[in-house]
Amino acid sequence: MNAALVVIFIAMGLALLAGLAARYGRDMDLAQWTVAARGLGGFFVFLLLAGEHFSAFVFLGASGFAYGKGGSAIYGLVYATLGWCMGYWMLPPIWRYARAHNLLSQPDFFTHKYNSPALGVLVSLVGIVALIPYMVLQFRGLGIIVATASYGSISDSMAIWLAAAVISGYVVVSGVRGAAWTSIVKDITILVVAVFLGTYLPIHYYGSHGAMFASIEAAKPGFLALPKLGENVWWWDSSILISLLGLFMWPQVFASIYTAKHPRVFRWNAAVMPLYTLLTLFVTFCGYAAIQQIPGLTGKQIDLALFQLSIKTFDPWFVGVVGAAGMLASLVPGSVMVMGVATLFANNLYRPARPGVSDAHIGTVARLAVPVVALVVVYFSLNGGSTLVALLLMAYSFMTQLAPSLFMSLSRRNFVTRQGAIAGICVGVATVAYIALSGLTLARIFPGLPEELHDVNVGIVGLVANAVTMTAVSLATRGRTSSS
Amino acid sequence: MSPTLWKGLRYLTLVPFAVALGSVFFFNRVTPLVFGLPVFMVWCVGCVLLTAAIMALLYACDPANKADAEDDR
Repeated sequence: MNAALVVIFIAMGLALLAGLAARYGRDMDLAQWTVAARGLGGFFVFLLLAGEHFSAFVFLGASGFAYGKGGSAIYGLVYATLGWCMGYWMLPPIWRYARAHNLLSQPDFFTHKYNSPALGVLVSLVGIVALIPYMVLQFRGLGIIVATASYGSISDSMAIWLAAAVISGYVVVSGVRGAAWTSIVKDITILVVAVFLGTYLPIHYYGSHGAMFASIEAAKPGFLALPKLGENVWWWDSSILISLLGLFMWPQVFASIYTAKHPRVFRWNAAVMPLYTLLTLFVTFCGYAAIQQIPGLTGKQIDLALFQLSIKTFDPWFVGVVGAAGMLASLVPGSVMVMGVATLFANNLYRPARPGVSDAHIGTVARLAVPVVALVVVYFSLNGGSTLVALLLMAYSFMTQLAPSLFMSLSRRNFVTRQGAIAGICVGVATVAYIALSGLTLARIFPGLPEELHDVNVGIVGLVANAVTMTAVSLATRGRTSSS
Repeated sequence: MSPTLWKGLRYLTLVPFAVALGSVFFFNRVTPLVFGLPVFMVWCVGCVLLTAAIMALLYACDPANKADAEDDR
């Protein structure tokens, strides 16, 4: 047992304790378990929603992206910031509608707005299909982080099993409150570790940040900005636009929105969250620092840039601290997602199939579903192959397909019918899947486009197909049905 | 805050979109390093800070955030 391992275990134990303690003094009925009975203050809602931006992706992905692709790594900064400008206006009406109708999940919102249980089932299925690969990504990230940071003394499969057990434990007991409390441990750790690493590593190896960037620029001119082809300015703008449309479309994000006590919380978050996203910058500094210190990482290895550099630089106990931060960064978002899928299953697939059952019964089913979902995710984390990789590429685009009908449902005069919404989502999802599986690019769809425009994010095609279908079907079916 | 002034102020939300998506074409370069950081990175941070400032201003002026606003419990 080495020092790194001890630190990681302590962090895991703290998270479990915080998660279990969250239940204290609460009567855990269904509304309390899924949306904390709409009673969380601004601080907790901030942490829950911030968790979406600071998952394992920040530690592995952002530093790896910076290492491998350079300037484009900071696009997350801009899309999250613009996404919150939109959130300022979009989240309060969603919250108000959810409170007025006692909604517990994202599909509930669609079911009520369009008065269509079928749409609710469709939205649940899209959510589950998109969330499973995302959870697997979190779990795998966690496995890699713990295995690397413990110098191999815990295997990644062992770490994944442990994480699944910890998550199931506190989620079953404390629901979303458990996730909110563990977020405190997680965000403090990440904040301290990221700022320290991003400040220390460049200074330690280069003398200053300026010297580091000058050295990278000398070795690879233009690497720290966007290239002319590939991840260029057109890719940048189109990816930001698409990503910000999808930012709030996830089931677990809706659940986090519902937990708020007051809609003022979201407007406050809109001002504060952009500043918090600057944290990503420090993580990218670590990736940039690794370019010339750990050269030669390729393919999937680039995601380990930050950890390899930490191991090269620090004593084992501090590598353990970095590993603990990375572990928490996957554990907490992972738990919110496991809960999200369990809720979708119990509340939006099981409930319609068994009309008349009580909320207490649904609550029991949801809790029982938690360890089952965790097991499914562990199975795919350990065995998943190429199907999973393909699904992951599509997951974000899948969720974005909910955006057109959701945005329309927020307008005062919504012309979209339930048939239009269902047809739009189906066509959008099918288009995304077809493009991803066939490897289609804009260049092949529109051969006449100027070369630079070929790098526009291909996700636009699915969204346009979705919106056009939604509009056409709605106009054709208008008058025959009415949506609320 | 008069209702008319607030109606106008709301359009400030569009400024971050216009700036972030529109001006990337002019700031997509590394040198000269500004405060030791690439121009492109400084521009990104600038966009974020500008957005935070605008949203904070809106938050302070928005009548919906007053204690007696209608969506208070």
